[in-house]
Amino acid sequence: MELFLKIAAAAVMGMMVFYAWRAYRQWQAHGPKAQKGDWQAVVLPLALVAGFVALLVAMVR
Amino acid sequence: MANPNYSIAHSTERALSTNKVLKNTYMLLSATLVFSALMAGLSMMLAVPPWMYMASVIVAMVLGIFVLPRTASSSSGIGVLFLITGLLGFGLGAILTLYLKLPHGPQVIGTAFAGTGLIFLGLSGYALTTKRDFSFMGGFLFAGIMVVFLVAIANIFLAMPALSLAVSGAIILLMSGFILFDTSRIINGGETNYIMATYGLYLSIFNIFISLLQILGIMSDD
Repeated sequence: MELFLKIAAAAVMGMMVFYAWRAYRQWQAHGPKAQKGDWQAVVLPLALVAGFVALLVAMVR
Repeated sequence: MANPNYSIAHSTERALSTNKVLKNTYMLLSATLVFSALMAGLSMMLAVPPWMYMASVIVAMVLGIFVLPRTASSSSGIGVLFLITGLLGFGLGAILTLYLKLPHGPQVIGTAFAGTGLIFLGLSGYALTTKRDFSFMGGFLFAGIMVVFLVAIANIFLAMPALSLAVSGAIILLMSGFILFDTSRIINGGETNYIMATYGLYLSIFNIFISLLQILGIMSDD
């Protein structure tokens, strides 16, 4: 049963990869481009998230 | 000659429409999260086996790919969304039952729950208050999803804890990016369907919670 579920999960995730690829192509072709300072505005909150997760790990150890 | 009154009326109308989508999205998101939690509780009471998680996720993903996009423009889409979130919650209960058996299991679950809430609220608040449009991240995020899914497929069969940790860490960062991306699209009118908007945000929250649970479970001393 478990092997069947693993194969089914792999198949469904394979489908997700296909849909993600289609979405990637569409956003690359038609999506807006980053303006000045946009990537810094993203990296900062994501770095805070990474630091927060490290803090949570330290709390449970 | 351009009519300034028309421009003002048009932009007011757009702002009202955006606020309506935002309000409906957050209301539906709250309802689906509560329903999901109730289904998780039911699953824990029934002590369903661990394989139920994988089975629920597989069915939910199939519904999300093939059924929800076709019904999202009608009221039946709300029913499909509750079905998907209910299934995911039911499967989650099987995982939580396993964690509760660990010596510090309740602490790990509570920490993951609070951490997920804070991450979501913090990122949403940031996306709602900043003037930036995060739609430019679309290509990068979907490329990241492809890579993570390919590695996750390999890890289904390899079952390497270090790889699981890396995948979970990547998922947390990707889903955080998606929260910024999805929220920004709602605000800027890129997403006008509150059912699809709710589905995107729900999946981000669910995946962050599961990944945090995995990281904290592996890194704790249990």
